[in-house]
Amino acid sequence: MYRYDEFDHGFVSQRTEQFKDQVRRRMAGELSEDEFKPLRLMNGLYLQLHAYMLRVAIPYGTLNGRQMRKLAHIARTYDKGYGHFTTRQNIQFNWPKLEDTPAILEELAEVEMHAIQTSGNCIRNVTADHFAGAAADEIADPRPYAEILRQWSSLHPEFSFLPRKFKIAITGAPHDRAAVQVHDIGLQLTRNEAGEVGFTVFVGGGLGRTPMIGRKVRDFLPEEDLLAYSEAILRVYNLYGRRDNKYKARIKILVHKTGLEELKSDIEAEFERIRHGVLRLPEEEVRRIEAYFAPPPLEVLPETSTRVEARRASDPAFAHFLKHNLNPHRVSGHTSVTLSMKPIGGIPGDASDDQMDKIAELAERFGHDEIRISHEQNVILPHVKLDDLSALYDEAAVAGFAEGNSGLITDIIACPGMDYCALATARSIPVAQRISERFGTPERQAEIGELKIKISGCINACGHHHVGHIGILGLEKKGEEFYQVTLGGSANENASIGEIVGRGFSSEEVVDAIEKLVDTYLDLRTNGDETFLDAYRRVGEQPFKEALYGTG
Amino acid sequence: MQVITANRLLDGEVVWLGLNDEWVESVSDARVFDGKEAVAEGWALGTAAEKDQKVVSVYEMAVIEEDGQLVPVRLREKIRAAGPTTHPELGKQAQAVSA
Ligand code: SF4
Repeated sequence: MYRYDEFDHGFVSQRTEQFKDQVRRRMAGELSEDEFKPLRLMNGLYLQLHAYMLRVAIPYGTLNGRQMRKLAHIARTYDKGYGHFTTRQNIQFNWPKLEDTPAILEELAEVEMHAIQTSGNCIRNVTADHFAGAAADEIADPRPYAEILRQWSSLHPEFSFLPRKFKIAITGAPHDRAAVQVHDIGLQLTRNEAGEVGFTVFVGGGLGRTPMIGRKVRDFLPEEDLLAYSEAILRVYNLYGRRDNKYKARIKILVHKTGLEELKSDIEAEFERIRHGVLRLPEEEVRRIEAYFAPPPLEVLPETSTRVEARRASDPAFAHFLKHNLNPHRVSGHTSVTLSMKPIGGIPGDASDDQMDKIAELAERFGHDEIRISHEQNVILPHVKLDDLSALYDEAAVAGFAEGNSGLITDIIACPGMDYCALATARSIPVAQRISERFGTPERQAEIGELKIKISGCINACGHHHVGHIGILGLEKKGEEFYQVTLGGSANENASIGEIVGRGFSSEEVVDAIEKLVDTYLDLRTNGDETFLDAYRRVGEQPFKEALYGTG
Repeated sequence: MQVITANRLLDGEVVWLGLNDEWVESVSDARVFDGKEAVAEGWALGTAAEKDQKVVSVYEMAVIEEDGQLVPVRLREKIRAAGPTTHPELGKQAQAVSA
C-alpha cells in the first residue's frame, strides 16, 4: 500500500504551516486578495458560487479506511455533511470556511493527505485505472509509475509555471479505464516482444474548449526511460507552448499547430540528450516503489461461490448488482466491487459523512482496507472475496450505494455545474437526476445496456461530455439554460470525440430528447449485444437526427 | 437596477451591499444602485470593503422587483441568492424556511 516517505511528510507539514500563516496574514490584512488568491489555489482552495471549495487530492484514487474516515470527519465537522467525488479522482468539500482550512489541512496531513497540485498551471495529480493492482487483464499495476511521476513532478522547479495545467493519466491494462487518450500525456502499460514492461505514449489529448484525442508518439517506451521521456515532452511544451492566450496554451494545441511529426522529432531529440543522465529510472527504484503498492495476500479460491450463485437465482436486485458492478480479479475467487455513488435520482459522486464512514468500515471488513475512487465518480473495493459479496451487498444497500448500475445509463458523470461552480453556464446535476429517474427501473436500464452519459455545465468539460456516448453540454442562451447534445464519444482504447447532433434543447426538452435517442437506438440495434456506441458507429448520426428533428 | 454583491472573506457567504455600508445576507435587503453614477458609487464602496478584508470577488448584478421583493435577473445569481437547487435544505433557502 502506498505511503509517504519521510520527505513527503516533512514537505506536507511545512506546506500546511506555510498556508496557516498565509491565511492569518490574509485575515489580518497583510495580504490582499490578489496576493492571496494564487496561494490559496496552490492549496486547493477555490471560491465558488456559495462559498469556498476545498479540493483534496486522492493520488491515483487510492485510499484506505483511515483516510476515508478522515474525509467523513471533515465533511461532518467543517462542512455540511457531504463531499463530492470528481472526475479527477479527487474529493471536493463545498462549504469550508477560510478560517478553518488550515485546521482541515492539518487533519488531512495526519492521514498523509493534502490538497497540493489540485490547481494551478503545474503537473496535476496523476490519475490511474481504478482497478489498478486487481484487474485480471492488467499487465502491471500502473500506480508505482504514477507515484514515480508524482515524485518527479511535485515541485519540479522547471515545471511549476507551465503555460497551462498539465494532466497525466496511466492505465495498466489493454482496456483503457483511465481515459488516457484525453490527457496531456497518456500512458498505457504494454509488453514488447521480449516480454518487458513499457509504455505506449500518447500526447496532446484533452477536452475543454478544443477537444482532441491524444496522438501516439511511442509504441513502446522502456520502463527505464519513463522520466527522461516525460521530461523531454514537458521541456518541448514549456519551450514552445503558448503563454499569450490561455485557450491556446494546452499541449494539444501545440501538437495540432506544430504537427505531430515535427513535435515528435523535437521530443526525441531532447530525449536523446537527457536519456542517459540522472533521469534514467533504476530498476531497483521501480521495485522499491512497487513494494509500497504490494497487493494484500489473497488466497486462491474456487472461481464461483455457491453462496452467491444460490442467491443470484432468487434475488433480482442482487443479480443485477453482480452482473454490472463486478470486475474480474486476477486472483481466483475474488472480485473488484463498484459501490455506486449514482443512486437513482441522486447526485452523481456525492457521498454523505455516514456513507464515507460505512465505506471505510466495509473496506476494512471485506476489502483488505483498500478503496479506490474512479474517474466515473464511483467508489471501488478492489479486493473482495466472492463469498463476502452477499454480506457486503446487504450493507451497501442499506447505506444507499448498491444500485447495480455501473456502466449503465444511470451511471452518469456530471460536474457540479451551476449549482456550485462559478464558471458554469448551466446546471448539470439536475439534468443527471432527471435522466436517472426517467430510466431508473432495473428492467429499463438492463434493456438499454452499456450507455455512458456525461454532462458538463460549461465548455471546460469537467464532466467529460465530449467522450460520453451521449454527451450533454450546458450553455446559456438568452438568459436560459440550454443543452447541446453530442453523440459517439468514447474515452476507452478506441477513444473518439462526440459530434454535435444538431441544435440544442431547453432544460424542459433535454430529457425527452435523450429518451428519443435511446428509443431510436433500441429500435435499430441488431441485437441486445450491440451497444449504443456500436450502433451509432455502424449507422451514423442520421437516424438519431431524424428522431430528434424530423426529416425536414 | 443593479446591486453590488461579493463573498464574505472569512466564510465565503454570499452577501450584498445593503444600507449603511453593511453587507447583508439576503438579496432583498440589498441597496439598489440606479444609473451609472450610483453604480460607480456602489463599486467604490465594494472595492473599499475588499481592501478592508471584509469581502472578496466584488461585482455588480442586475435585479428586478417582483411582488415588492428584489430578485436577481440571471439564473446564476438566483442560485447564489438561494443555494444549490439540488439541496433545498442547504444555503440561504434553508434559513428562509426555518426563519
Ligand atoms: S465543466 Fe464548467 S461548470 Fe462544470 S465543474 Fe467544470 S468549470 Fe464548472
